[in-house]
Amino acid sequence: MKIAVCLKRVPDTTAKVVIADDGVSIDPTGVKFVPNPYDEYAIEEAIARKTAAGEGETVVVSLGTDAAQETIRSALAMGIDRGVLLQIAEHPDPAAAAALLADELATGGYDLILMGKMAVDDSQHQVGPQVAERLGMACITAVAHLKIDGGTVTAEREIEGAVEVVRCGLPAVITCDKGLNTPRLPALKGIMAAKKKPLDIKPVTAGESAFEVLSLTLPPDRPPGRIVGEGPDAVPELVRLLRTEAKAI
Amino acid sequence: MSPMLCVLEQRDGTLRKVSHEIVAAGRKVADAMSTTVDALVFGHDDVEGLDALGACGADRVLVATHDTFRLYSPEGQTATIAGLAANYSTVLFAATATGKDLAPRVAARLETSCATEVTDITVAEGRVVVTRPVYAGRAIQQLRMMASTAVLSIRPNTFPVTDAGRPGTLESIPVPEFTANVEVVEVKAPAEAALDVGEAAIVVSGGRGLKEPENFSLIEDLADAFGQAAVGASRAVVDAGWRDHSAQVGQTGKTVSPGLYVAVGISGAIQHLAGMRTAKVIVAINRDKDAPIFKVADYGIVGDLFEVVPRLTAEVRKLRAEG
Repeated sequence: MKIAVCLKRVPDTTAKVVIADDGVSIDPTGVKFVPNPYDEYAIEEAIARKTAAGEGETVVVSLGTDAAQETIRSALAMGIDRGVLLQIAEHPDPAAAAALLADELATGGYDLILMGKMAVDDSQHQVGPQVAERLGMACITAVAHLKIDGGTVTAEREIEGAVEVVRCGLPAVITCDKGLNTPRLPALKGIMAAKKKPLDIKPVTAGESAFEVLSLTLPPDRPPGRIVGEGPDAVPELVRLLRTEAKAI
Repeated sequence: MSPMLCVLEQRDGTLRKVSHEIVAAGRKVADAMSTTVDALVFGHDDVEGLDALGACGADRVLVATHDTFRLYSPEGQTATIAGLAANYSTVLFAATATGKDLAPRVAARLETSCATEVTDITVAEGRVVVTRPVYAGRAIQQLRMMASTAVLSIRPNTFPVTDAGRPGTLESIPVPEFTANVEVVEVKAPAEAALDVGEAAIVVSGGRGLKEPENFSLIEDLADAFGQAAVGASRAVVDAGWRDHSAQVGQTGKTVSPGLYVAVGISGAIQHLAGMRTAKVIVAINRDKDAPIFKVADYGIVGDLFEVVPRLTAEVRKLRAEG
């Protein structure tokens, strides 16, 4: 089985967000960048499936700046066979990103294309299905349980208050949710081996953006709250405030 | 300006609450653009509650009927919407599991991007401008949509439903031919229908302060006392396997905007705060008076949750019994 994983380099989830002078992006100074956490489930799934099958190839494809080479190397250190960097000056909008990824993936002969259900930076939740549409492939999103039996994929995805069981054939694009697996940490041996694995760099340019970012701001501060009291004796006053002041119950 | 198309969600023949919010959001934009609102419903049999959509703001209710629409049909619904979309300035979905699967497929057919989890929509110079959280709520982005048809998904619990008094005329529309490569074979509902943290009006969340997974019964009891409340969890307790990931609030979980959020035994890591800071009212119960959760809470009680929570449950029950 030939498996591709799409990977995005994103700011660490604990990083403090500082707005850059342009007013539409974050200031990357001092921010640690990491592989998108949801993409790590995709990496783990690809490696585990290849290992279980005992044959095949895993390829990680990342659209990003030159710095994404480091992110690709971390996937190679986990056990992915080779990497492709679609090198671009800045991240385009999701449709343009999907078009560039689909162009690269179209000729690869992949049985399975995996990626996170969303990137934790722009939280758009759409590159997976957009890639699938462009490639004319089946797609199941936000998968937390995946079974592949012969050519049939059976996946479970959480829908509000229930679980949807979805089936499709291969080839397919599957986007991964938390719960699918536990991503491995790269071992020292893997880190050493990753340095020798192939990493192709292909410069790309994006088409016109579907939207214009007008502004990026910090969320408004919440008005200062108050400590109602200490211990269970404060409960009646809390209930009174929720009822009469906040009108929340 | 071309009209708005609101793509609604139903489950088992009943419209989901967020469907009314989509129509209300559509109405808001339509009024700003002086245009009309069509609501689109997928079903295989009768869907209840369609007559209430006029009050939410729908001028017309379009019903697409197909055998596969008993459950979600990604390709069938994409084909139906894509066939209509060129007539509309904006297509609105809910940012739910279904909407976040369907909206990008439609956007791809229109060769555009959609804007996901939109929390506000305005119109400037004839273009739709949306507000949406990014970096898991740590920043807010404003986007001007450039495509001739803007595709959006709105965050549940964000757009208020008001009585718009529109006609809401019912019409059937045809479903185009489509190939179903992806088939939803089953929806497994839990024995007791659980409210989703992303949609509930009240969310009661527990964290590591509960010490043992069994102690989540305290959280469940409090949620039960409120009625119509969902049980949420911090990342720490989800990672420890105490609760299912579907309950996780914050980064790598859900971002929620309920009317009331009660955080119990949650210190308030930056990722958790980002996931619940848009709640209308926040209550925190924590032993540590310096816990970051108190910085975002409207009301806090410092104390032992094992004493405070049962008392709160009892008081809320008493209040509700009094009506």
